[in-house]
Amino acid sequence: MSTVDTVRDRLDALPDVGLVVGFIASIWAVMLVLAIAVGGANWANLAAGFIGSVTVLIGGYAILALALNLQWGYTGLFNIGIAGFMAVGAYTTAVLTAPTDPAAGAVPGLGLPLWVGLIGGMVMAAIVGGLAALPALRLKADYLAIVTVAFSEIIRLVVNWSGLAEFSLFGVPVGTGGATGISFKSANDVAATLINGVGQPLVTAAEGVGVSGPNLANLTYGILLLLVVAGSYWVLARITNSPFGRVLKAIREDETVTQSLGKDTRQFKIKTFMIGCALMGLAGVLFRGQAGYISPQQFRPTITFYVFAALIIGGSGSNTGSIVGAATFSGLLFYLPARLGENVSLGGTRAPGNIVDAVAGFASLDPLPLLAYTISNVSTLRFVLIGVVLIYIIQNQPDGLLGHRNEPATSVSLDRPQSGSGGEADE
Amino acid sequence: MSEPEAAEQRETAVTSDAIDSPLLVVDGLRKEFGGVVAVDGATFSVAEGSLTGLIGPNGAGKSTTFNCITGIHEPTGGRVTFDGQDITGLAPYTLANRGLVRTFQIARELSDMTVLENVMLAPGGQVGESVVRSVTPGLRGDVVKAEADVRDRAWETLEFFEIDHLAHENAGNLSGGQRKLLEMARVLMTDPEMILLDEPLAGVNPTLEEKLLERIHELRREQGLTFLLVEHDMDVIMNNCEHIIVMHQGGVLAEGDAETITSDERVLEAYLGGDV
Repeated sequence: MSTVDTVRDRLDALPDVGLVVGFIASIWAVMLVLAIAVGGANWANLAAGFIGSVTVLIGGYAILALALNLQWGYTGLFNIGIAGFMAVGAYTTAVLTAPTDPAAGAVPGLGLPLWVGLIGGMVMAAIVGGLAALPALRLKADYLAIVTVAFSEIIRLVVNWSGLAEFSLFGVPVGTGGATGISFKSANDVAATLINGVGQPLVTAAEGVGVSGPNLANLTYGILLLLVVAGSYWVLARITNSPFGRVLKAIREDETVTQSLGKDTRQFKIKTFMIGCALMGLAGVLFRGQAGYISPQQFRPTITFYVFAALIIGGSGSNTGSIVGAATFSGLLFYLPARLGENVSLGGTRAPGNIVDAVAGFASLDPLPLLAYTISNVSTLRFVLIGVVLIYIIQNQPDGLLGHRNEPATSVSLDRPQSGSGGEADE
Repeated sequence: MSEPEAAEQRETAVTSDAIDSPLLVVDGLRKEFGGVVAVDGATFSVAEGSLTGLIGPNGAGKSTTFNCITGIHEPTGGRVTFDGQDITGLAPYTLANRGLVRTFQIARELSDMTVLENVMLAPGGQVGESVVRSVTPGLRGDVVKAEADVRDRAWETLEFFEIDHLAHENAGNLSGGQRKLLEMARVLMTDPEMILLDEPLAGVNPTLEEKLLERIHELRREQGLTFLLVEHDMDVIMNNCEHIIVMHQGGVLAEGDAETITSDERVLEAYLGGDV
């Protein structure tokens, strides 16, 4: 515990921006070291690929964790339908921005610009979130959980349904594409345009050290996503560090008391739920729909639980903690093990075909087969790792990495006013 | 059968004569839970600026009456009037905004929030409770200004209850008595006209009890607040309340000042279990 405490003390001493930037930078450093270690002459391109992918993952999960933190961390609204609200946002954007004259076999859309699509996606996710919450928020917290999880599955099944794959809305042909998915204006293109325009010298320089164009575009996209994270953080910090945020925390602690103090808690809960769902809808497009293509398979309920894992690790109730948790989860627990498994090999030892052979080798005092087996199956075993880390955190750090911090919800310094009469009483 | 009924009617008649400016009027209040009748036609009123005590043996319906008045339960029947307006069945937040607030039998502090946050939550109609105002750069200035005022008032209130040294502590770390003080500080921040106190002294040591009662009297004197107090400690009720209402089996058994109540046969019987 003492190492944990030292680390924690050092983390506490940093300002929040420094903490987050430093944390993400160290994940980048880990990726760079890995790329240099396994990449040989190709290390620069490999590093750009690793760092780009991990940054997109961190950005996507950070937006989702921030949104869930507002709903669950602050207000106690147990939303386990995150995937569904992401799908609403992503599909709305897709239908709004898909070309009106698509390639053969693809689904047509309204052909609107991407920014219109993004706003439309957020608004629709907020509306659907509000509708889902309206009946459930009158009931106890557990019912909201049941309603949201059911809702997210209904949404996924609806967009998967062939009946809506292609239809005519007031004479305009649109559709969800059903199980085959839908192609639309790719947010990735924004990054590509950016680096091919103003970033041209950068591209030349990158190609000089062997970084491919797509890898550079992906890295640029990741950084753009981090800017969206920064924007979301700014908005959420202002929402939570205010009397509004104070009411949200009070609802989480004791809704009856909050009502008895004159707060119309339903209003607060619905607004909060809608804001969170709008952000989830945005993440649905920017994260899952990065390449301009979505399908129902991308919105399975597992992603909901990943976001919960990220938030629990980071510390629910803390906006900074949400980002740190998202980075820890997606970078260190989700992405890194998979890349290690792909790129690390144990010299001559071949991985046994199954766990029984691997353990049998261990029994005869040869640990190599088990180790080789672990490495070659790390993509699967990382889920065990995530489970172990979650159990460890819940047992030993139930507040997560940053949830123990005292972050009062207010927009001013809470120090005793100087002119007050109480100066002599204590202190 | 007819004698107690007649007595009850006589009592009500006496009451309405005695109280010329009632702030709160409860008329024929009734609350059923399934087959159980918890409050059975309770009728009483509370004079403006008074400290009125509500007593009765366990199960008499005191807490349910409180919950019906403050909107936590919806009454099955009867009427509640506050400040001349019918408030029967209104939501707790509406009542609080009209100046009728309550504390809870078991102190309900918001444990994962600091003492200061608990207290700063309470004032009604804070501009920063609007998301748009809190987020939009040009409008947040008002929020910050209002927050500074709320903070200053919060510190003053904490000083009044002598828990200002705990301001930055999580409310969950407070002792039982300190939580009671925090609850009082919190309801006071809503700027109320009337406070319903549900056993504010339960589990409070004698020194703190003295302090709390002193504060209550001070608030009555200086701000003209009205208090309705449920309490099991007879000495506290008899020594502090000028008007006492005795409930028994869901109805009002007797009403009057300490002398009237202590000399009332039926009250003694109810407390000693004469007819149960």
